[in-house]
Amino acid sequence: MDLIIALITTGVLLVLGFTVGGLNERRHFKQLQLQEQALSHIRVNNLKTVTDLQTIAACAMVSGQVVIGTDYFKSMATSLRGLLGGEMKSAQTLMTRARREALVRLLHQAQTMGAAEVWNVRFASSNIGQSTGKKGSRAMQAELFAWGTAIVRDNGVQVTPPPGQAASTPSSRTPPPVPVVLPPIPGA
Amino acid sequence: MIVVNTEMVPGKRIANTLGLVQGNTIRAKHFGRDIAAGLKNLVGGELTGYTELLTEARREAVERMIAQANQLGADAIVNVRFTTSAVTQGAAELYAYGTAVQLEQGAPEPMRVPEKL
Repeated sequence: MDLIIALITTGVLLVLGFTVGGLNERRHFKQLQLQEQALSHIRVNNLKTVTDLQTIAACAMVSGQVVIGTDYFKSMATSLRGLLGGEMKSAQTLMTRARREALVRLLHQAQTMGAAEVWNVRFASSNIGQSTGKKGSRAMQAELFAWGTAIVRDNGVQVTPPPGQAASTPSSRTPPPVPVVLPPIPGA
Repeated sequence: MIVVNTEMVPGKRIANTLGLVQGNTIRAKHFGRDIAAGLKNLVGGELTGYTELLTEARREAVERMIAQANQLGADAIVNVRFTTSAVTQGAAELYAYGTAVQLEQGAPEPMRVPEKL
């Protein structure tokens, strides 16, 4: 009897993970694409040395942090893959999601300070929540942190946020107040 | 205090470097968040509790770094980096480090620095 209950629970969780998890993932990717499009006017690079120093109006560090967990189905699929070896597709999409989300959050911060460029973008990951699941089941989660230096230019090559966006267009001489480092997470 | 992760402060000249400044904090996740995260791990999605925890911890580390730089009389911190290390199961150390510098005061100042970081 216990075995049957355990099997049914696992089955339900698998189906739930597969459907809801898959839905969540697709929705997230769609959302990411929209946000990336909206923020595509900000140029990003990972170069250390900033060029065109004469036109710089302000600079500050911006960052984005996200922790994303995967669903039950994918966790199972990954542990199976761990036995067989090979490419872990589901883990790969999880990391991609987290990395893109962290970058989007970083860009949001850059946008609020009116920056047109972000230099020296780096990514780091942590693992505070590893093996959250009970009975040693490995719940996969990705913890990504992105940071970089946002630069506001003085030469009229300012950000022009796409129509419909609330972001302020700074006049060339008075950049808007720059946000605190690591402000609350947007949309959390 | 200007905090950037480029090798110099864009638009400014560095007068002298004061050395490495650093800030760290070790945070453990707490039980309530674990339950929420455990449930979220069934259907997938962002674990906002952990995101907040790490954001908060990272801010703490940066603030400690800035406090150290202030003590040295620095104007800016350049080349800021972050690392994490897993201390024990369920706890993470967040470490922020950079180089404290003084800026040349005579340099032209086209730049406005944020009041508060």
